[in-house]
Formats: sequence, structure tokens, C-alpha cells
Amino acid sequence: MHQPETQPRFSTWYPYRVYPYQRQSFTGDEPARVVIVGAGPIGMATALDLARFGVPSLIIESERQVSHGSRAICLTRRSMEILQMIGCHQPFMDKGLGWNLGRSFYRGKEVFQMQLPDSDENRFPPILNIQQQYIEQYLIEAIEANPLTRIQWGSSVTGIRQDQEVATLSIDTAEGDYDLAADWVIAADGGRSTIRKLMKLRMEGKAYSGNFVIADIQADIDLPTERRCYFDPEWNPGNNVLVHREPDGIWRLDFRLPDGETPEQALEKQVLTQRINSILQMIGQRVKWSLDWATVYSASTKTLPDFVHDRVLFVGDAAHLLPIFGVRGANTGFQDSNNLAWKLAAVIHGGSDKKLLYSYSSERVQAAREICDEGGKSTRFMTPPTAGYRRLRDAVLSLSLSQDFVKNLMHWRTSRPHTYANSSLNATDDGGEAFTAGPAIGEVAHSHRLADNDFLLDYLQGALTLLVFATEANGPVFEMQSSFPLRRIVVNRNGSPVPGADLVIRDRNDELSQAYGAEVGTVYLIRPDQHVCGRWKHVAAESLQAAINRAVCAEEF
Amino acid sequence: MSQLGLSQQDIESIYDALAEAIDEVGEKKEPLLLAKLVLLLANRLGDQRAVMEALAIAGKDL
Ligand SMILES: Cc1cc2nc3c(=O)[nH]c(=O)nc-3n(C[C@H](O)[C@H](O)[C@H](O)COP(=O)(O)OP(=O)(O)OC[C@H]3O[C@@H](n4cnc5c(N)ncnc54)[C@H](O)[C@@H]3O)c2cc1C
Repeated sequence: MHQPETQPRFSTWYPYRVYPYQRQSFTGDEPARVVIVGAGPIGMATALDLARFGVPSLIIESERQVSHGSRAICLTRRSMEILQMIGCHQPFMDKGLGWNLGRSFYRGKEVFQMQLPDSDENRFPPILNIQQQYIEQYLIEAIEANPLTRIQWGSSVTGIRQDQEVATLSIDTAEGDYDLAADWVIAADGGRSTIRKLMKLRMEGKAYSGNFVIADIQADIDLPTERRCYFDPEWNPGNNVLVHREPDGIWRLDFRLPDGETPEQALEKQVLTQRINSILQMIGQRVKWSLDWATVYSASTKTLPDFVHDRVLFVGDAAHLLPIFGVRGANTGFQDSNNLAWKLAAVIHGGSDKKLLYSYSSERVQAAREICDEGGKSTRFMTPPTAGYRRLRDAVLSLSLSQDFVKNLMHWRTSRPHTYANSSLNATDDGGEAFTAGPAIGEVAHSHRLADNDFLLDYLQGALTLLVFATEANGPVFEMQSSFPLRRIVVNRNGSPVPGADLVIRDRNDELSQAYGAEVGTVYLIRPDQHVCGRWKHVAAESLQAAINRAVCAEEF
Repeated sequence: MSQLGLSQQDIESIYDALAEAIDEVGEKKEPLLLAKLVLLLANRLGDQRAVMEALAIAGKDL
């Protein structure tokens, strides 16, 4: 019998709530029985993303409360754009702390500053700091408000089997266990995924040996919101310390352990206290503090080679384990969920071939592999795994005091939206070469400010979009058919209505046209996850129809 | 690797200077000194292939 913790977890600042266990079932009226295993950030984002395409789902979660500790604290702009798509970005903006500056210190000198690209074309800051407890809480609130999404707390998946017809989960609860039949199972059960283990799936990649401590303290520290990295501080020779600000007066301290020290030794109260005091002294902030949460972590760059296994679809940490350097865990997972949801909805509602799901796997596995590659580089710099890597890292640090050219070796790469340049969903006769500006095929549509508090991405929501730069309704765009909801957005100079357009965007000074390299007649085909899958200066009706069919793997195509 | 890029006299001065620099920093800091030197020279050279070739040659017959 599954007995999750029923006492609220300890925290100096976050009031944990214990949610009730209540058994839920399908009514039989659903278009499909979709079960999501795991109410972490990614499972919940997937549920909300499916709901915007009319697909209900049931989340099965083994715990009865949100994340233990703040864990993922940095959301990228892309994650915020995805949260906007699923309708819940506002509380994140109200609570979170935006920033764009990273600073590195070595021997008391600032050796590198990294300014993340920012401009007023964007609704969201490059990075927003917010604790995972809040991330999950806001997602839970959105789920509770949505009639298509539900969470069954305190229920642990212990078995899975599937055949042609159905996948069956064994679920253990405080009332005993039972079987639950599903048409689709989304495995969002985190880094230690039970489903991955039950299905005997192996991840490819590497686990790094260096351990580091993550400690959250509550303290009145007078520093701005930015990422600070201190290399080789006197109190922890050869290792580095990261300092991040979180909402509610919480500070994240992150440092590598001396080699050979065990996690138990590192978390021992006296040792930890002394080190936290050393860090505070190092940053010139000898203030009173109290410990909220501390844990020991290590870096991996691992991914499943395939995220789709018949009726079981893997997302988030269940699919890949990524290093926190470059804030990759949760941010990569949100992109998984956003890629998967519209595709699964299209297959469930009919009209799209199951092949569409394979594109989820190939696009996101490729993204995960790129991230493993990039994240591996950051990890080898931040926690050098061998004597050779340590020597080179030390050489770079030493040179950084006087030489600019090594600064690019300090690895400030952060999680970014991936470009599906060779996706099977992309148009085969894309006219991209003719463009000198605008998002290329596979890229996320570039954000563009239309007016105060009004951005292009606000309108690329919930449908396949044809963005057409036109003056009247005589182009091929207006003849297109699609099994998936299709939106025609017309951009013109005076904003005058165009019959057949779902929306007209007024581009008074041609700024949007210029940013998108467009002339009259230019068309962008944009997927429901805002990735461009074709663009043409001028396009024939047959080409455009073929591209639409291809983008959604239309069945008759 | 291709022909010498330095005169006999120049390479001899570098030979001596390098030996003396190694002695001066001592055994413990020698690897760091050499690693820094390689990165600096590689950047000056601006030729990834040449550096990789040199690295392969340096690793031979140790
Ligand atoms: C200690 C720690 C520190 C971290 N620090 C950072 C950081 O600083 N920055 C960063 O970007 N990322 C960090 N991460 C990673 C980040 O938290 C994850 O990438 C993110 O939470 C992934 O979300 P997810 O929804 O895929 O998985 P999770 O958040 O792990 O959610 C999985 C959910 O599934 C549930 N579950 C598991 N097994 C079962 C089962 N058998 N049946 C039912 N439910 C089940 C779990 O209870 C959990 O709620 C950290 C992770 C850990 C563990």
C-alpha cells in the first residue's frame, strides 16, 4: 500500500499544502484516455497544453505535495512563452525575478560579464528566477481551474503493460492497488522514472563524477538579481561557487565539493554552516541566515534514444537527464511538452497519421543530444572531471585576468529554443534562401512588439498559423484546407479588414514586415508550437497545401 | 609538420627562455604555465589544424 508523506515538508518560507487522495476515473466520453504519470512541472505543462487542443487527461502523482526544495529556479524566456501558450504566465511574472546579467569572478576580480540578449521586442526577460514550489503551485492552480485536467494525488505507478489496443498501468494507493487502462501514457515521472525502468529502457550518455551542494538560505543579502560565479575561492580551492537570487528573500548557493568528500559529510551541519559563512564573507555579506533546504547533486548528460514507445511517450527528466549548468532541466522539458501536445491532440482527434508522434521523438531527441553536447562542455569547465580538464580550466582562469580571447571558453551558454532545421514536418520546397531576415525554417517565430503590451507571439496560439503579408484576400492562403485548426493572420499597413482573415495585424511602419524579411505575398507557415515549418516570398496554392498537409502528417497525404 | 618558421637564432633563444621559465615557476606550476602558453600561442596562430597537428606530434614518442 502506497503511503506518501502526509506531513507538510519543512521549509522556512514555503507553506506546503497536502492535497487529498481521491480516486478518479474516465467517463467514457473522452476522445481518448490519456494518463500522465507525474505531476512535476513537465507532466502538468503537458496536461494544460493538451487541454488547449480539447484533449482531457488524468495525472497520476505519487506524492501529495509539491517539489521538495526549490530545485529548478531559472526559467528561460522560451519557457515563459510556453507558459503563456498554456495560459498561466501571469503569476510567474508577478512572483519571479527577471535578469539578464551573468558575472564571473576570479581572485577577487571580475573577469567576465555576460549580458543575455534582450530587447523590447520581447514580452519576457531572458531568465526569470522562481522556485520550483511556485512553478508547480501555479500549474496546479491552472489545472484545478481547467475542466479538462485533473490530478490524482498519492498514487504511485508500479507496473505497466501494453498491447496493440491499450496500455494498462498498475497503480498503488493508500486504499490498495488497481489497474487503469489508457490509450496513451505520458511518462513524466522524472529523473528516476519508474516507467523507464519497468520498460527496461536505457539512456545513452554520461554521468559526471563531481558532486556539488545546492543550499537555499533565507537572508537579507543586498545584491541585485544576476548570476554570480566565483571561481577558485580561497575557502574552496580549485572549485567554484554560484550565487542566485530567488523570490521571497531566498538565495541559492551552489558549490562543488572537494574531491573524495561524501554527500553525507558535505551536508553535515557544522561543515555546511562553516562553508555558507565562508561564501557570505566572500561576497561581502556577513548577514544572519537560516537554512531552508540543502542537497547534493551531480551532473549527467543522458537521453533516451527514442521518446515514443507505442502508446507510451516520454517527456522531461524521464526522457533525459541534463546538467543544471545552463539551466537545462526544466527548460528543456517544457519544450518537450509543447512539442508533443499538439501532435498527440492531432492524432487523437483524427486526421493526422501516427507518424506525427515520431517527429516528436526525432525532433526532441536531437535537441536533447545537442544539449548533452553543450551541457557537457559547460560541465567539464564548471566541474572538471579529470586532471587534464582541470589543468585547462585553470589555464583559462589564469589567462582570463589579462586575455580576452579565453572568455568564450568560460561557457555561459544557456538553454535556448531548438531549431528543427531538418524536421520531416518542414516544407520540402521552402523558399528560405530568398530571405535576408526573419526566422528560418525550424526556428521559433521571432518575438516582435506590435504595440504596448502587444506582441506577435500573443497571436500564434492554439493553431497552425498562416502569417501572410497581404493587402487583400486574393492569395492562395485563403483557399487552404486543414484537418488541424488553421488560422490566417494577415499583416498589412493600415490594418484594414480582409475577408477570410481570422485576424489582421496593423504594421504601420512596416517594422514587422522588415523583421520578417517580407514583401506583399510573403507567407510563413507556423506550427502550433510556434516553430516555422515553411516560408515563401511567393507561394503557389499546391505548394502551400502540401506544406500544411506535411506539417500535420495529414492522413490522406 | 612543415618547415621551420623561425631562424636558428630565434628558436635557440626560445629554447633557453622556455627552460628558464619552467625552472622559475617550479615543478608544481609548470603544467599550468605550459597549458597557458599553448592556449596563447594557439590563439596567435589562428589555425586549428596546425595546432591539432602539432598536438599529435607532441604526443608521439613520449
Ligand atoms: C535535487 C535537485 C536539484 C535540482 N536543481 C535544479 C536546478 O538548479 N536547475 C534546473 O534547471 N534543474 C534542477 N533540477 C532539475 C529539475 O528539477 C527537473 O529538470 C524538473 O523538475 C523536471 O521536471 P519533470 O516534471 O520532468 O520531473 P519531476 O519534477 O521530477 O517530476 C516527476 C514527478 O513524478 C512523480 N513520480 C515519480 N515516480 C512516480 C510513479 N511511479 N508514480 C507516480 N508518480 C511518480 C514524482 O513524485 C514527481 O512529482 C534539480 C533536480 C533535483 C532532483
